Amino acid sequence: MLAEKYRAEIDTLLAKYPPEHKRSAVMPLLYLAQQEYGYVTPAAMAEVGEICGVSATQVAGIVGFYSLYYDHRAGKRRVQVCTDLPCALRGAEKFADDLCQKLGVKLGETTKDGEFTVEAVMCLAGCDKAPMFQVQGADGLHYHESETPDKPMTVEQALGILESYKGR
Amino acid sequence: MAEHILLRHRDIPDIHKLDVYLQHGGYAAFEKAVTTLTPQQVIDEVKASGLRGRGGAGFPTGVKWGFLTKDFPRYVVANSDESEPGTFKDREIMERNPHQFFEGLMIAAYAAQANLAYNYMRGEFWDIARRLDRVLDELRQRGLLGQNLFGTPYALDIHNHLGAGAYICGEESALLESIEGKLGQPRLKPPFPADKGLYNKPTIVNNTETLTNVPLIIARGAAWYKTLGTEKSSGVKVFCLSGSVRQPGNYELELGKFTLRQLIYDFGGGVPDDRKVKAILMSGASSNVLMGTDDVLDAPMDYESIAAKGAALGSASVIIVDESVDLAWLTLKTTRFFKHESCGKCTPCREGTYWMLNLLERIHRGDVMKADVDLLNTVASQIAGKCLCPLGEFAVAPVLTSLKQFRADFDQHAKDAKKAAPAATRPAPAAARPAPRAKEPAPAGD
Repeated sequence: MLAEKYRAEIDTLLAKYPPEHKRSAVMPLLYLAQQEYGYVTPAAMAEVGEICGVSATQVAGIVGFYSLYYDHRAGKRRVQVCTDLPCALRGAEKFADDLCQKLGVKLGETTKDGEFTVEAVMCLAGCDKAPMFQVQGADGLHYHESETPDKPMTVEQALGILESYKGR
Repeated sequence: MAEHILLRHRDIPDIHKLDVYLQHGGYAAFEKAVTTLTPQQVIDEVKASGLRGRGGAGFPTGVKWGFLTKDFPRYVVANSDESEPGTFKDREIMERNPHQFFEGLMIAAYAAQANLAYNYMRGEFWDIARRLDRVLDELRQRGLLGQNLFGTPYALDIHNHLGAGAYICGEESALLESIEGKLGQPRLKPPFPADKGLYNKPTIVNNTETLTNVPLIIARGAAWYKTLGTEKSSGVKVFCLSGSVRQPGNYELELGKFTLRQLIYDFGGGVPDDRKVKAILMSGASSNVLMGTDDVLDAPMDYESIAAKGAALGSASVIIVDESVDLAWLTLKTTRFFKHESCGKCTPCREGTYWMLNLLERIHRGDVMKADVDLLNTVASQIAGKCLCPLGEFAVAPVLTSLKQFRADFDQHAKDAKKAAPAATRPAPAAARPAPRAKEPAPAGD
């Protein structure tokens, strides 16, 4: 149970908001739940709702609305490549396809070892460092970008980065 | 540019460290405000500076602050949601010059007589948020946040709040809903946030870059700030340059002193393979598409001059599109974005973006007749002006302006199109298109 295991963290999160507005802690608590369980389980929705004084249904609505919350399990980590317009103008669509091919998956699929689910996502505010991607897992969310515009990230570099996540 | 006003980390190494920031006059403006100025004097100074909102709307900042109604407690919220495709300036400010941003937020909070402020960041900025949490801890330890600041009764605390991947939360009322732990859906306005904002209390929401201007305005005075930029567009702006350029990146420039041509060629190093500029999106995916004509390329970059060309300076997220790009593909990308990001509250936007995407996907597959391109125009013309927030307007802006100026790009995919060249991904020659000059400044909405 989150409330017992993470009492101090939860109290710190709740203290950020006026005491009569505990509901504001729903979003940070959902991140906590996701880190603990890998995705937001129905039980976690109820737990978060109880802490914040809202129903599990309302919490489920939040999970459904926001892209970074998940109500189902995927690979251990989600590899989210930006293929939105500015990145696409710099070759990100091909980069995503090539990366998928090397990993033996299609966009949206999970690698056979269960490590990575590869997805194409909307703009991540890294347009000047395309191609770029983020890795979302239990340890949060991390950006990986091209070093400079002259040296766009190669698929091999991306595979090396992903390799470094294994066993973490 | 001689001196950076916002991207000061490019002039002063390690300015992200508190001691370095303090050595360079850091937090002196906040102290000056709290110890020598009344909140009204701070508001008047910012009003006099002519500073306008850098998040997109360009609304005068001081005027916005003056709208606060007489109720307490009040809140100030920094809008660091930065989700417009092509925008990556607030991120650089928070990563490299965070203290100047926080000082601006603190001065805004003092002006609003707020004791609690939030920095709302998009959820993807997870690592930046972790760093900024530590920055705020340090500010508390050093007595720059907390009770009795500078020996006065004024108290202030700031917290970071992470969103979770929703473009719509960049709209200020949706952002406030999100902090309240609800779906990020825009509110009906009025009442505006300055009257009923966070927790139904008077609230100021300002963009990160806007706030980062404030410390130097207070330290050096509004008269100094007015010497930068133009009469109506005073100050500096970070231009996010992306797309078909050799050197994409952030360029801090005085408003109105540089042309698009200078941005693309002098700062951005020109277009790869020396291709021609076909189109320009000035404010990310939500732009009226401008044609890459000399008339447009030689326009000075300020709010008024860009408006005169039929687009908006907005967040100055300048996406360059070269001649090899098919605008039907481009609008497919922008429409897919807006369809994904529509919050679903207003029917014209929710259903309109769905059907626009459906048509554009068929156009992209070549599974259309020319009449379907007309249908796209019809659908896109029925969204603007009918929704609670501007997302609906944003979604149709690139579609309608592309259809108007680059119709051949769409028609070439139609089965009944007379194809001059086989399966051209390249545009038809410029001479084959109608005259480029857009007479109407806005898309044909209502």
